[in-house]
Amino acid sequence: MTTMPSPTRTTLLSLRGVSKTFGAVNALTDIDLDVDAGEVVAIVGDNGAGKSTLVKVLAGVHQADSGSITFDGSDVQIADPSAAIHLGIATVFQDLSLCENLNVVENLFLGQELSPLRLDEVAMEVRSWELLRQLSAKIPTVRIPIASLSGGQRQTVAIARSLLGDPRVIILDEPTAALGVAQTAEVLDLIERLRERGLGVIMISHNMEDVRAVADRVVVLRLGRNNGEFDAHTVSSSEVVAAITGATDNVVTRRRDRLQNLEEQSGMASSHDGKETT
Amino acid sequence: MTTPTTTPPRTAALDQSDERLRQSEGLRGALKSFLDSVRAGDVGALPVVVGLLLIGTIFQALNPVFLSSGNLVNLILDSCAVGVISLGIVCVLLVGEIDLSVGSVSGFTAAIVAVLFVRHNVNWVLAVLIACVVACVIGLLYGVLLTKFGMPSFVSSLSGLLAFLGLQLALLGTQGSVNLPFDSKIVGFAQLDFVPPWLSYVLAALAAVALFLSGYETMVRRRRANLSARPLNLLVIRSVALLIALELLFWYLNQDRGVGWMVVFFVTLVLALNYAITRTRWGRSLLAVGGNAEAARRSGINVRNVYWSAFVLCSLLAAVGGILAAGRLASANLSSGTGDVNLNAIAAAVIGGTSLFGGRGSAFSALLGTLVIAAIASGLTLLNLDSSYRFVITGLVLAIAVAIDSLARKSRVSHGRA
Ligand SMILES: Nc1ncnc2c1ncn2[C@@H]1O[C@H](COP(=O)(O)OP(=O)(O)O)[C@@H](O)[C@H]1O
Ligand SMILES: [Mg+2]
Repeated sequence: MTTMPSPTRTTLLSLRGVSKTFGAVNALTDIDLDVDAGEVVAIVGDNGAGKSTLVKVLAGVHQADSGSITFDGSDVQIADPSAAIHLGIATVFQDLSLCENLNVVENLFLGQELSPLRLDEVAMEVRSWELLRQLSAKIPTVRIPIASLSGGQRQTVAIARSLLGDPRVIILDEPTAALGVAQTAEVLDLIERLRERGLGVIMISHNMEDVRAVADRVVVLRLGRNNGEFDAHTVSSSEVVAAITGATDNVVTRRRDRLQNLEEQSGMASSHDGKETT
Repeated sequence: MTTPTTTPPRTAALDQSDERLRQSEGLRGALKSFLDSVRAGDVGALPVVVGLLLIGTIFQALNPVFLSSGNLVNLILDSCAVGVISLGIVCVLLVGEIDLSVGSVSGFTAAIVAVLFVRHNVNWVLAVLIACVVACVIGLLYGVLLTKFGMPSFVSSLSGLLAFLGLQLALLGTQGSVNLPFDSKIVGFAQLDFVPPWLSYVLAALAAVALFLSGYETMVRRRRANLSARPLNLLVIRSVALLIALELLFWYLNQDRGVGWMVVFFVTLVLALNYAITRTRWGRSLLAVGGNAEAARRSGINVRNVYWSAFVLCSLLAAVGGILAAGRLASANLSSGTGDVNLNAIAAAVIGGTSLFGGRGSAFSALLGTLVIAAIASGLTLLNLDSSYRFVITGLVLAIAVAIDSLARKSRVSHGRA
């Protein structure tokens, strides 16, 4: 099923046969995924398809039950969130995962504060303003608890936080869900800038327009399984939607059926003329 | 080192450029933003300061001895031991947990020190060190029970309360009491050693200078980074106010025996813990875990270690407080750390403004809260009212403090500052 691995690119992150169960629920089954440097991969799927679970496995929040993860050419175990952060995988979670009692600066630098024994508040505040400017964030003051911010402002803070440090892969779980028109455009711009800087970006979105605007590749999950992979520049929305909803008659199933038919025919052919082929 | 390479034209400061932000500059602005934040539920130390003033006025009206130098010296000395224990409670409350066994741990460790020192002639430093190690192990145990077995600290420390009380009784044996010799360092430190008056005035001046310098350094660094900063005159006024208040207080106390070294020790601990909470990564992680433990974990914070450190520090401070209390009484006995010690330490932290809901609080709340409790105890003793009244009134004050905490929390939610 893997398609068009462009030979000039290096694969940053690759998953093979990753599975994850919660009790009796198979949240992920045999997931394969590749992310190249300088590539934006969109993951789409219905509610409950396992997108967030996949994100959390990559972020070290959950551990995969089986399967392998390769980062930058070497096998890795992402045992906990700090392991993911050390690898250079930064994540914006769907629930944002911010501390409501801490202010914007404190949240942005949480776990990566400058000079741990004598916090450099000034440098952190300056850097925070830079990051927020970069996202054209409309946040009046950074010394205000997160609880005072609107959903969109919080989302911007969460995105800004993922840019701190020097991540190689950025994962955004529905990053534009709470954003207005201008902010959404800003985030899409940002994603393009990240791609130009050679980062791998995984974006989860329900918005097909956004996906087709910035993604290079679209990966469809359905009921915790890979259900197709498309070139974002050429695929039509209806094809993706069909793969998401699992409509029986779509490109994926047609292609699969065609291949199966071919195989069966060639199988029959070879059994007939077995002696003549080699 | 944070000088920006290109200084933008001198417009609004970097953090004051949003037009919706109400400009708050100068003294007036500082006062206004303080009032705003109180209204929004960030009450901080305000209720407890008001409470202290009320208590002082009422008891002074009822008995003029209350605010005498002699009584204040005693009152402050009396609050140190519980205050140190309460500092530990602040740590566990910040991560959203509780330790109900601090009283027992303080009594148990005091017994360890007394038995080793008096009955077995162990050097007092060694005895104290051993007690501290035991306390750390106890704290570690709570941490492990919480993080490995998911046992709520409420339950584990409630079991600890009983278990360590038992160990304390067993250790003290049939005699039930060990008297510490008056010429020992521990008793001297807690009862007899006072700062010479000249040194107390020097210390007060140093504190004011330190407050000014740290504020000035922050101001300069913020201005240089084009961030808004507190105005210089506010810094000066703040430091001068502290200077005058401290010098007057010390002068008043020096009319009697003066400032005990134990008090200096306690205040130093408060300042150290305040620094650790507000200016280090560890302190930040305490607040983060108390606010949203899962978010803290996802930020790469080792949440397990944060819990351990909070519990260990709490038990360690309980031990130190217990040893100070033993020194103050010149004995470790069956009732050390029992009775109201536990609840006083917890109440002090909450009365001082540390939230029971986690993620919010300050080291100073231990200082202010213990002063409230010690003041009530002292005032009632002067009125010849026995401990039954003290329990009732301290209970009432605690209830008021928790009510304020809950109301402030509600107000924060409605003002978007939860
Ligand atoms: N922590 C969890 N415990 C149990 N089940 C979970 C948990 N997280 C997710 N699931 C289940 O896994 C499935 C996939 O969920 P999720 O990854 O959140 O979907 P999506 O993000 O694609 O909407 C759902 O059936 C959900 O109920
Ligand atoms: Mg999701």
